[in-house]
Amino acid sequence: MNERGMTFIVKMVTRLTLAFILLYGFYIALHGYRSPGGGFAGGIIVALSFVHIMLAFGKEAALKTLKPSRLRAIVGLAGIVLLSLALPFPWADGIPARGLLASFCDMILVGCGFFLVFIGLVTLSKSDGEVE
Amino acid sequence: MSEINVLLIFIIASALIAVEAKDLLSGVIAIGAAGIGLSMAFLVLKAPELAILQLVVEILALIVLISATIKRDLPFSTSGRWLFNTISTFVFVIVFLGCAHEAFKALPQFGQSREIGAAAQIYVTNAATISGERNIVSAILHDRVFDSVAEFALVFAAVVGVLAVGRRNAKTHEAPHE
Repeated sequence: MNERGMTFIVKMVTRLTLAFILLYGFYIALHGYRSPGGGFAGGIIVALSFVHIMLAFGKEAALKTLKPSRLRAIVGLAGIVLLSLALPFPWADGIPARGLLASFCDMILVGCGFFLVFIGLVTLSKSDGEVE
Repeated sequence: MSEINVLLIFIIASALIAVEAKDLLSGVIAIGAAGIGLSMAFLVLKAPELAILQLVVEILALIVLISATIKRDLPFSTSGRWLFNTISTFVFVIVFLGCAHEAFKALPQFGQSREIGAAAQIYVTNAATISGERNIVSAILHDRVFDSVAEFALVFAAVVGVLAVGRRNAKTHEAPHE
């Protein structure tokens, strides 16, 4: 298990910088509704932090950090909240901090989506290598 | 407008290198350089939001492309060049720290906003009449949420595309032609 992934240096740097990358993604997403940034860019930075785990430790470690059942629950909740903000429901005007909430849900959806796209692409290239 | 000309020349040169490079990894790195140049061009044209987006998407695409090409061919040239590598590393670190120092001096103070440009002034004067909202903040927020729904549709299309490609590959078991 310890042999998987990259060398010790990459794993140590990943452990040290992972929290800062996640925090920067959250900052870009939550600060973005009033200044440059936004949910899309923040979500891609959050996805990049999980891609970082996956490149350093292997696919199993990244999927263990973000379990598929938990991922499904988070994505469903964020999608429902985002749709209830976007559609003209009668209670939509009373929600406090709509912009922050919308940016946060957008960040979750984009981050999970791009992380899954990256996992799919890596799985494809792995299966290519096995066929060869 | 001299910065934008320099950036355009840089983008065109790196795109030509990406087309003409012999090995795949050099081409991928040249594509990355072209994307970073485009991001800097957005920044010069006073669109920092697009610049952040272009930079982040470029990094993700670069990781995907490098992880796709790094198994195919990997030219090693690390032996016998340690003096050049060390000197170029130190020069890069010095140039990076100098540019970062200048850039942090050019940023506005924390809590202060930038001056409103000509394009932003149009939004300030016309947002209420165009969107029909009571204040400009809620107009922009409505805009933002629809924007987010469109982005989510884009990500959904990407996930469905990857699933479709993977399923075809898993079903047929075709050996890829080299």
